[in-house]
Amino acid sequence: MARNGGSRQPDRAAVRLRGVAKRFGAVLANDGVDLDIGRGSVHGIIGENGAGKSTLASIIYGLYAPDGGAVEIDGKAAALRSPADAIARGVGMVHQHFMLVPTFTVLENIMLGMEGGFLLGQGEADIRARLESLSRQHGLEVDPDALVDDLPVGLRQRVEILKALFRGARILILDEPTGVLTPDETDRLFTILRGIRDAGGTVVLITHKLREVMAVCGTVSVMRRGRMVGHRETAETNTAELAELMVGRKVGQAARPSGSAAGTPVLRAAGLTWRSPGGALRLGEVDLELRAGEILAVAGVSGNGQSELLDLLSGLSGVQEGRIEFAGRRIDAAHPATPAEMRALGLAHVPEDRQRRGLVLPFEARENAVLGRPQNAGPGPWTSGAAMLAHTEPLIARFDIRPPEPMLPAAGFSGGNQQKIVLAREFDSAPAVLLLGQPTRGVDIGTIETIHAQVMALKERGCAILLVSTELDEILALADRIMVINGGRVAGTVPAEGATRRQLGLMMTGAAGEAGA
Amino acid sequence: MPEVWIDILAVLDGTARLAAPLILCAMAGLVSERSGIVDIGLEGKLLAGAFAAAAVATLTGSPWAGLGASLAASVMLALVHGFACITHRGEQIVSGVAVNILALGMTVVIANALFRHGGHTPALGPGERFSPMALPLSETLREVPVLGSLYAELVSGHNLLVYAAFLSVPLVWWLLWRTRFGLRLRAAGEMPEAVDSAGVSVPALRYRGILIAGLLCGLAGAYLSIAHGAGFVREMSAGKGFLALAALIFGRWKPLPVLFACLLFGLLDTVAPRLQGVDLPLVGPVPVALVSVLPYAMTVVLLAGFFGRAIPPRALGRPFVKEH
Repeated sequence: MARNGGSRQPDRAAVRLRGVAKRFGAVLANDGVDLDIGRGSVHGIIGENGAGKSTLASIIYGLYAPDGGAVEIDGKAAALRSPADAIARGVGMVHQHFMLVPTFTVLENIMLGMEGGFLLGQGEADIRARLESLSRQHGLEVDPDALVDDLPVGLRQRVEILKALFRGARILILDEPTGVLTPDETDRLFTILRGIRDAGGTVVLITHKLREVMAVCGTVSVMRRGRMVGHRETAETNTAELAELMVGRKVGQAARPSGSAAGTPVLRAAGLTWRSPGGALRLGEVDLELRAGEILAVAGVSGNGQSELLDLLSGLSGVQEGRIEFAGRRIDAAHPATPAEMRALGLAHVPEDRQRRGLVLPFEARENAVLGRPQNAGPGPWTSGAAMLAHTEPLIARFDIRPPEPMLPAAGFSGGNQQKIVLAREFDSAPAVLLLGQPTRGVDIGTIETIHAQVMALKERGCAILLVSTELDEILALADRIMVINGGRVAGTVPAEGATRRQLGLMMTGAAGEAGA
Repeated sequence: MPEVWIDILAVLDGTARLAAPLILCAMAGLVSERSGIVDIGLEGKLLAGAFAAAAVATLTGSPWAGLGASLAASVMLALVHGFACITHRGEQIVSGVAVNILALGMTVVIANALFRHGGHTPALGPGERFSPMALPLSETLREVPVLGSLYAELVSGHNLLVYAAFLSVPLVWWLLWRTRFGLRLRAAGEMPEAVDSAGVSVPALRYRGILIAGLLCGLAGAYLSIAHGAGFVREMSAGKGFLALAALIFGRWKPLPVLFACLLFGLLDTVAPRLQGVDLPLVGPVPVALVSVLPYAMTVVLLAGFFGRAIPPRALGRPFVKEH
């Protein structure tokens, strides 16, 4: 029974989809999707990137009109032409990228579209009062007069949830809500979601994190390549089965590396302090040491100085205070090094934002594969298509880049394969030090496996690796040592062996320092 | 009355006259750009409005008919811009430049065809344009020291459209910051996705924004040819639309600062000819050309970030695409 979503009583379904299809150009994003979501449940929709989860959510929220199939909300057929239609039927959505106006206050954001009269003054007192009672009821405290731009992401998300509840949402869809949260904030979010469920609301949680589904959802549907491939009760399944459904084959559990023969230090940084042009402290006295054959991971909520650290170490930003010692060179404010010099010294860099910094999207794969290393592009100052091709073809084979088309523009590859192009280029130089920024962000599980295997292989060959990731699972799977960063300062460095998510989470929010001091 | 006081009043009076079209155009640009649509076509709308006002006032003898024609011409160009940028998500700068070129050519061509006067329209008689209006009590109060002359010389005695220009500032402020429409319009210029997700149409908001911009530019156009001037002269907008755009940036897209920027530019424009041939101690003859360049130079310096940042609406110039 539980295996069949369609067997529930119709009056219990808050959302019911039958044969929903949506096509974008050549891509069939949703292909005959059937789905029943019970009223008063927390229902997970999981799938890899590009499986069609977000498209499905957008259809339920009226952002996209389906090309075919039927949508029912609360047992009534719903032709949703716009979010306004969905809102009127009690559907609310918290988008992955927040739909908030940064220059408006919390109150203005919440009243947008629900102003209660032509003059803003007319409805304000009433809106303020309703907002306050909603905040109290669901434990969603936030200052209504704060500027959204000044709020941390966790609070912005609260504003989004409040916005949906304020519009009378009884069915709340959350699209990848935990990507920007610390483990602690995630727990708090789940408490809020359970509260909404207990008050009779329905929550639809879209995610690719299996652990979260198991933690908070009662039922779960799995999508793969635009199709629904399974419905389960979380009590009767496990992460291994869900992962297999998502990927369509068995997924090997990455074995934790059994310790490491910590090699000799290759790169040392001491007292790195960096301020933005506006004067804000982004990095404060960071010391670190990268050793041959070892992975040092930087854990932290995104925006806590990781990007600045990568920029400094790669030579993209000039050192202001402190110094870097690498390959016999000392780099400080008086002795800067350009990214080209750093590369020549044996440093490779996989930037966090591959589409903006790692690739030139309109360029062909073979051109992207030689960027920054002109010796691979052809003789002397010339570029040669044949030389680039000869350089790229083995890389495509080694990294299993699909489709194997060296002349396809980078923009034509999926996110995971774009990332493989960047990795192939950087790994191929046999670097002494590799800076690895968010290597698997937005990459599907199957590809993550390949990427992790390549990273481990590079480490085995004696490369010193600095891994920056916001995924604790990835850090715990790969790292030898973990440096936790918070507000631009090192909150602590611990061996990966024996480190727990909870301990790291507390360090990431700065709570461990206060408690442990 | 002391000589200096009369001079000051005359300069301020001139400032008001020269700033009036700038204020109207800058408010037009403010409404349009706050909705997310770059309005580099202010100049073209101004010029088209000026021509339509003069032509129709000449043909009908009524300044009101002229004003109506000016509004219609300017709104039509605004809709062309909107059709290209909102409906078809075109490049807004290119569309704006096209509007300017279109206005520049069309006004002269139609003027030649209608009046055979070298691209000008015939001079308008007193009843065919908006004349200065004496405000009530201005003559009675003239003898009151300072305030009386201020009222009689500076506040009173302008034509209707000057008052409209100064009134447009609080009106625009009220509309954008005190009404539901304004909240949504500003949101469309900052984060159109939020507006869409709230179930409100972004294109409809932006169309209304450029419609208001068209009306305000129409007022400015009528001011040039049938209130301040008495007939259309080819290229009579003479860069005022661009100057208004500079004032809009200089005032950081906020009504009151934009008003002050317009007044400052108007003041510079008023004093420049008066300084012709004046010798300043130490400096020598005042370089008048340099004074005329000042507004633009100041805007460039501002944009370079020398006094704080001028942060435009975040979605300015970005077409709203629903499916990504």
